[in-house]
Amino acid sequence: MNLLIGFFAGLIASMGLGGGFVMIIYLTVFRQCTQLEAQGANLLFFLPIALLSMFLHTRSGLIDWRRIPFAAAAGIVGALIGTFLGAALDESLLQKLFAALLLITGLRELFHGRKAESAAQ
Amino acid sequence: MNEKKTERLKSAFAGAVSGIMNGLFGSGGGAVAVPLLERTGLEPRKSHATSVALIFFLSISAAIGYFLGGNLNAGLVFPLLPGGFFGAVLGSILLKKIDNGLLRRIFGVLLIIAAGRMLLK
Repeated sequence: MNLLIGFFAGLIASMGLGGGFVMIIYLTVFRQCTQLEAQGANLLFFLPIALLSMFLHTRSGLIDWRRIPFAAAAGIVGALIGTFLGAALDESLLQKLFAALLLITGLRELFHGRKAESAAQ
Repeated sequence: MNEKKTERLKSAFAGAVSGIMNGLFGSGGGAVAVPLLERTGLEPRKSHATSVALIFFLSISAAIGYFLGGNLNAGLVFPLLPGGFFGAVLGSILLKKIDNGLLRRIFGVLLIIAAGRMLLK
């Protein structure tokens, strides 16, 4: 079971498709972990998997390293702001708004037109 | 503003927004990082691979927070890693070969599932 769950979580994570949800559902539903424990475990699992994936993706020429310093520096500042905001704001409303944003993005990605596709390439 | 500056600014914006989401919700950074990286001019496969690297750096800072809070359980994670490494290798091969349009559609479906879970919680 560990092998199978690890495999699918690793597969999805390495493709930048998330992967967290596989791990978090497994740990909370089947292993009776708390949400916080499961999030921590998912985070810890992701680090070595991402490291291996980054090595392999770089060899395939798929990672644009020029964008990383700007994105990562802004991201770390953003994460601090997010943590601070999370403590100050009503999270359930935020979560609903975020879900709506994901839903719209998901529908746009699913039903993207051929025009957008050729423009992105 | 020249092209390079715009690209850097957009990359920093992608990083900042995914950082804020990760800080607020503990996950979801990747879900916004991928479409925002596409807007900086990267093709979908490269956006996915580059998002893995971006989320890796954000996850390191998040993992430090979990570690200090005592929410990292390495014993839970080690048995999952062997399967995870196999998954990452396969995922890296798949990402190299997958069609950009198909990748976007798969990503869209996963985002809609994630949004559904958040809305129903």
